[in-house]
Amino acid sequence: MLHYILRRILTMIPTLLIISMLVFVIIQLPPGDYLESHIAELQSQGESVDEQKIQFLREQYGLDKPMMQQYWYWLIGMLQGDFGYSFEYDLPVTEVVGDRLFLTVLISIATILFTWAVAFPIGIYSATHQYSWGDYGLSTLGFLGLATPNFLLALVMLYLANVYFGTSIGGLMDPEYIDAPWSLDKVLSILEHLWIPVVVIGTSGTAGMIRRLRANLLDELQKQYVTTGRAKGLPPGKLLRKYPLRVAINFFVADIGNLLPTVISGAEIVAVVMSLPTTGPILLSALQSQDMYLAGSFLMFLALLTVFGVLVSDILLALLDPRIRLGGSASK
Amino acid sequence: MLEINQLAVDFRLQHHAVPALMDVSFSVDPGETVALVGESGSGKSVTSQAIMGILPTNAEIRSGEILFDNPETGQRIDIASLDPESTEMRQIRGGNISIIFQEPMTSLSPVHTIGDQVSEALFLHRDASYQEGLKLTEAMLKHVGFPDPARALRMYPFELSGGLRQRAMIAMAMITHPSLLIADEPTTALDVTIQARILKLVRELQAELGMALLLITHDLGVVSNMADRVVVMYHGRVMEAGPLRQLFGDPQHDYLKALMHAVPRFDLEPGERLVPVREIKSETGALIKHQPLDQVADAGEPHLTVSEVSKTYHLHRGDWFSTESRELLAVDRVSLEVERGECFGLVGESGCGKTTLSKIIMRAVTPDQGEIVYHDHSRAIDVRALDNSALLEFRRKMQFIFQDPYSALNPRMTVFDILREPLVVHELGDMDFQREMATELMRLVGLDPRFLNRYPHSFSGGQRQRIGIARALALQPDLIICDEPVSALDVSIQAQVLNLLKDLQQELGLTFLFISHNLAVIHYIANRIAVMCRGRIVELAPRDALFANPVHPYTRALLSAVPHPELSQPLNFDAITEGAASNPGQWPAPFTLDGRTPTELMALGEGHFVRVASGSKPSDLAA
Repeated sequence: MLHYILRRILTMIPTLLIISMLVFVIIQLPPGDYLESHIAELQSQGESVDEQKIQFLREQYGLDKPMMQQYWYWLIGMLQGDFGYSFEYDLPVTEVVGDRLFLTVLISIATILFTWAVAFPIGIYSATHQYSWGDYGLSTLGFLGLATPNFLLALVMLYLANVYFGTSIGGLMDPEYIDAPWSLDKVLSILEHLWIPVVVIGTSGTAGMIRRLRANLLDELQKQYVTTGRAKGLPPGKLLRKYPLRVAINFFVADIGNLLPTVISGAEIVAVVMSLPTTGPILLSALQSQDMYLAGSFLMFLALLTVFGVLVSDILLALLDPRIRLGGSASK
Repeated sequence: MLEINQLAVDFRLQHHAVPALMDVSFSVDPGETVALVGESGSGKSVTSQAIMGILPTNAEIRSGEILFDNPETGQRIDIASLDPESTEMRQIRGGNISIIFQEPMTSLSPVHTIGDQVSEALFLHRDASYQEGLKLTEAMLKHVGFPDPARALRMYPFELSGGLRQRAMIAMAMITHPSLLIADEPTTALDVTIQARILKLVRELQAELGMALLLITHDLGVVSNMADRVVVMYHGRVMEAGPLRQLFGDPQHDYLKALMHAVPRFDLEPGERLVPVREIKSETGALIKHQPLDQVADAGEPHLTVSEVSKTYHLHRGDWFSTESRELLAVDRVSLEVERGECFGLVGESGCGKTTLSKIIMRAVTPDQGEIVYHDHSRAIDVRALDNSALLEFRRKMQFIFQDPYSALNPRMTVFDILREPLVVHELGDMDFQREMATELMRLVGLDPRFLNRYPHSFSGGQRQRIGIARALALQPDLIICDEPVSALDVSIQAQVLNLLKDLQQELGLTFLFISHNLAVIHYIANRIAVMCRGRIVELAPRDALFANPVHPYTRALLSAVPHPELSQPLNFDAITEGAASNPGQWPAPFTLDGRTPTELMALGEGHFVRVASGSKPSDLAA
């Protein structure tokens, strides 16, 4: 099993390498580079362009080198913790991202916890009370959640939160705390704002998870081993927890790998709508202005999360399910 | 001790109720064995669920009572009037009445250890500390025949064989020493030798603990060897009830008589047919070429030659720290020759390699070595050497009938599409031709062509199997491999399908390679029989020679483990020993197979062969 985990971690390396190549190719795909779009922008504003300065910048950042070489520098840099330089912000990428990355992770984790906390009890209730009014009602709510576009929900929630709780519109904290050092008030302010994006981003995921958990649990409830447990005289609650839920949880864990990237990518648009200080809006503008190192670092970060999420869910699955841990495989 | 009076159970479907049990009455005395006999859908399992209080949610006890003497309180209580989820009922369930289910594969949770699942009922119903409980569990596992009970406590069901899983089920049911054990088809899914051992075990435990046994089965052979009294059920009603001797000696009711005629027996007269409860009529039409068997069969002409075929599987299993690899020789240098127009039987227990062999012949599994030659009259076809287009062409010669009629048919295709598919794949005829062909195929297997537009789920198991047979016949093959075609079917349906296969063979001049673990079925249908064990053919003989004079110890063990539905031939439980029969290392010389000594099939005359150590003489066998 240790062998298995080691092998899984080793296979992450080529996976990430291939992803990094793809990412680099994608951000290089649009014609031109940051400097060219920068020049075009300056010229459209009627400003003169200093050819010498452009030439200097081009050389300094290696933009005149062949693509393979640029990729190589980028890759080596990343391995050493240097994610490159953001042209647009005139700062190293790490400094641009900094806090935003932390807030993104915070929102994502809060969203996942919210999804689980809501989906789990509702899914179990729906499955154990199949075709009851409760099941129908919750399913309808779930479908509404699935069908409502995130940005619409975001606007509605912002309005409601502002009208009823007086929460400031947009952002993850009250304006006075932006760029302020960390303090208890700042944390409280973040918490006050946090629940809106969490609910908005989490709604469709929660609805989807309720449906999947219900379907999985319904399958398990029909299984013969549940009858066996019942025939032993187990009380209903314990029976449910010990057998079908225990097996249905496997899918739950297997879902972690999917969850991370969907939550994060789903958050991008919401973040723009709600002007959250997360990575979403920056990624969007970096892609538009061909700020290649910034965009590339973001994409790599997303890829890393995905690969890592799958690894975590695989290891957890092996821990949870003896069939995976101990089961053999046969070659044909 | 248990008395059921005029029990009636309904199933609610949409808005109307369908009666599942009507006016069922019988009783079970302490320590006795009562067998509940009937085909699927007769209400046997519903009866057991009603006694346990585990009826499905859409079932409802309409009237009647289930009186049970609770040995702990000494009171007589009516289970039918108790709330199934009440504390009192939960105490009885698992504590005083236990049940063993049919499917050991699915009846155990895949993610809990055997020790956890077996000890659960003990902790629920008896006062025992954790340590005591584990000791008792270990003792019970030892009792039911686990070779290493301490290790078994920590093992998971998927690590055990089917026989051991069923033993775990038995241990689970017995751990609380219930006064009534309900066994719902406890051995149907098992091989005969394991079945015999499990039956022996249940009898011993029953005698030791003095519990009553309610045995639910459709296997009359099991009934005649286990039961004191018999209750025959049909369509939710009790047809006939009484002591075993009286019922089996002189069955009164037509249904029981019919059932007894439908069971294949070893003492059938040559040419005697089984009489199914409901006979089906097969009709041939114009499209399918009609060639009576006696016209195609030239005695001794080979149809399929398999020589020296081997297949090794590489298995990997591991825990947190290590991985071990193991090689499993599934098929070990098997050679056989199927003659044109015969039914060649291949018999053996699960895991003996018979299905792998059939897949190799069909080119679904690639063997490590060996040769398969199909003789198309004068032309010899090397099956292994066929390229893709030649293989497609060859598929029309040889077809397959599968074991499980439920998973062998695509639930999203109509019967017409299922029957038409082979014709479409081989681009035979236009739509009109295919429709006509499908109609004829339906008639051929005794189904109404009006059902062509239905989906498989609206057919019973036996009807589905007949659809599977019709599909195999669509391309008009000469050779059909039947892999356990009747093992999933009830006795009465089994007779129907066996008769159909026999008729089709006669009418269409087919050659069968018939694989089964059921010796009585093989006896009924096959002309020549090969017995397989651990990937090797150990004995090969014409049917009568094999059954009259089995030479190999494994064949003998198989034959002696078959329960007969006749009272005059009881199973000899004393002769049933643990595991020795199917372990080639423990066979007496010269039969011993240890993997080192070279062996050969020795001819005993008249087509009778047995595997012995090379160089043995027929005279060595006498001892």
